[in-house]
Amino acid sequence: MAVFFFKRLGLAFLVALFVSVLSFFMLRAAGDPAIAMAGEGPTAADIEFIREQFGFNRPIFVQYFSWLGNALTGDFGESSYFGKPVSQLIFERLPITLGLGVSALIFSILLAVPLGMLAAVNPNSLIDRIALSVSVLGQAMPNFWFALMLIVIFAVWYPVLPASGNAEWRHFVMPTIVLGYYATPAIMRLTRSGMLEVLNADYIRTAHAKGIPVSRVLIKHAMRNAILPVVSIASVQFGYMLGGSIIIESIFALHGIGQLAWESISRADLPTVQAIVLILSLIYVGLNYVADLVNAWLDPRIRIA
Amino acid sequence: MKKTIISTCVALALGAGAAHADPDDDTLRIAWDGELPTLDRYYNVLREGILVSRLVWDSLLYKDPATLEFKPLLAESFRFVDSTTMEFVLRQGITFHNGEPLDADDVVYTLDFVSNPENRVLTQRNVSWIKSVEKLDDYTVRLEMKQPTPTALEFLSGPLLIYPNEYYAEVGPKVMGTHPVGTGPYKVVEFKPGESIRFEKNEQYFDGSPKGKPNISTIEQRTIPDRNTQISELFSGTVDWIWKVPSDQASRITGRPGISVVNEQTLRIAYLSFDSSNRTGNASPVNNPLVRKAIGHAIDRSTIVSKLVGGSSEVVHSACHPQQFGCEQDVALYEYDPEKAKQLLAEAGYPDGFEIDFHAYRNRPYAEAIMGFLQAVGIRTNLVYLKYAALRDKVYAGEIDFNFMTWGSYSFNDVSAITSHFFKGTRDDYARDSQLIADLEIGDNSVDTEMRRNAYSRALKSIAENAYWVPLFTYNVNYAFTDKLDFTATADEIPRFYSASWK
Repeated sequence: MAVFFFKRLGLAFLVALFVSVLSFFMLRAAGDPAIAMAGEGPTAADIEFIREQFGFNRPIFVQYFSWLGNALTGDFGESSYFGKPVSQLIFERLPITLGLGVSALIFSILLAVPLGMLAAVNPNSLIDRIALSVSVLGQAMPNFWFALMLIVIFAVWYPVLPASGNAEWRHFVMPTIVLGYYATPAIMRLTRSGMLEVLNADYIRTAHAKGIPVSRVLIKHAMRNAILPVVSIASVQFGYMLGGSIIIESIFALHGIGQLAWESISRADLPTVQAIVLILSLIYVGLNYVADLVNAWLDPRIRIA
Repeated sequence: MKKTIISTCVALALGAGAAHADPDDDTLRIAWDGELPTLDRYYNVLREGILVSRLVWDSLLYKDPATLEFKPLLAESFRFVDSTTMEFVLRQGITFHNGEPLDADDVVYTLDFVSNPENRVLTQRNVSWIKSVEKLDDYTVRLEMKQPTPTALEFLSGPLLIYPNEYYAEVGPKVMGTHPVGTGPYKVVEFKPGESIRFEKNEQYFDGSPKGKPNISTIEQRTIPDRNTQISELFSGTVDWIWKVPSDQASRITGRPGISVVNEQTLRIAYLSFDSSNRTGNASPVNNPLVRKAIGHAIDRSTIVSKLVGGSSEVVHSACHPQQFGCEQDVALYEYDPEKAKQLLAEAGYPDGFEIDFHAYRNRPYAEAIMGFLQAVGIRTNLVYLKYAALRDKVYAGEIDFNFMTWGSYSFNDVSAITSHFFKGTRDDYARDSQLIADLEIGDNSVDTEMRRNAYSRALKSIAENAYWVPLFTYNVNYAFTDKLDFTATADEIPRFYSASWK
């Protein structure tokens, strides 16, 4: 187990490093950051000054390693746009994105798991079909469109929810639904197939034979086993949600790091973009790593692979 | 599941009492998409930053947006001592939001600070013409220029806002950017960078300001990046005012009860630029003036304006905005005539047309329409669509043969902000025409109005004659706001909320 633990840790570390290298070099390839930062109609001296101030005139490898070195100590430099430390910017905005991600994940699980169970108990019935349709609809709808429809209905026609902003929890209701609904099909399908497999197992038949109430068999005996793969897919979905929240945050004017990333790309605020990419990839890699470990702990066969 | 349903129900119940923006609470709620990093006008270049700065601060002079007349603002009077010296007598009894009285020290400190290259204010052209500023007495200031600067009044009535010297010296640009202090009609009571700003009326705003006394007591700004969300907020009454509404959406909103849509021109124009002097060394077909003229004849600009751009936009023929001083309109015209375009191409040695890279950075549909018109006369374009910064990088490096560009002249009503910017032999200049450069020099450095007008006229005629550019059209902005609001849009694209009021 220890070997597996360190092997995976090494792999996770390499993935994070690779992401940081890739994002660093791709951002530089997109254009001269000094020119982008100088605004409209700068003089050559303005641009030269920015180059010097931010060290863009050094060889790119030197720039990368000096950035990486600082990043490891938590210093992501200063946002070229906001003129304050990137770590402070992210600290201010990350809670919004994480809050949205967590609430969307909870929403998604609360919707998908019961649907999946319902479908598994009544396989290939009308209920199964309906449960499938309800969840697949979430993925089939473009989420920006779904978001706008919700805004039109709940903010314009029946103004019961605020259309945008992040001042209080009511602002998070619509974004949570949009983001969470999108992740529903994967979780629902996995719950369904897991449940189906477990429900055919001998010990379930035994439980039924013992006369235990059906609801108790389903929840206590079947779900406990069927839910395990759902835990690992949920962690992956959470990673997707952090990425997917870029569009959602922008539509609902939630000032989280998704929106910050998006805006920072267009204004070539390299320190901010790099830090966000690194942090999101670390979260994603971390979640996958934890999911790997959980799976390995549950299923010894994985440890050998 | 149960919990979600309950909380949703609670949300619905609570939401029923959602606050509606209206004159009742005397709060104007505005939204835009720009994220302001700082409110210090000298350190941000966003248009929204200009708008905010006019609420919070005042400049020495004021340019009346209706008559375009220059009037004294913080100054009581001003005069030209000679062509490079100005004197200002300040109004007395004006105080900053923090109680600091305005006097000559504030003016001297501010202008000294911003014109010092070491302080790196972002738009150096606003300040680089200032040689020195000197206090003559407590309320009199003398300003020396490095050379005659015909646009001095533009600078002094626009970007050059006066800061309180003691406060600014103590806190510096960073804190000024988050906790601004000015003399203006509104003070900032809360600022969350990139997110929201809250303004309150300055009750002490001085009598006799040409800006007039502010009416609305509170202005709340929020940054909403998505255009559709902004419109939804406007419809639901939670936002009172938005701008930059795309023309297709503006026409759909128009006529909706309770909402006014106003379209106003801006100083931004679109144009096609060519490498006329073979700066790239590609020996491109556009090096040939006949080809450039053919392109001028190939594009149906009025159709692009009426079908795509919409609003109050119009076709332009001269390399400047028709409203700008010196923008000669009597120049060579290239009317839409595809047959003539083909003929010119044949004459230039391209009877079957040619293939060329076509660079653009905004308004992709416009670029594609232009490509369609060029295709019709045999010019096959490959669209290279880049971010503005990336394209400008290539332009500066001398790598671009043919591009679709726009320029807003920093809202400057003078051709020096556009024609001189692009044709005076700088990094932007692909014409490299020495006679043209000489004429623009005369225009830029003379204070004699007639002399300037003639010099620019010669320059603009030559640009059109040689088809260094094919100017396309002017841009416009759509403003949408509640019809309870009395708001006047201006062509300089700077909304003036201090003169807005409730009907």
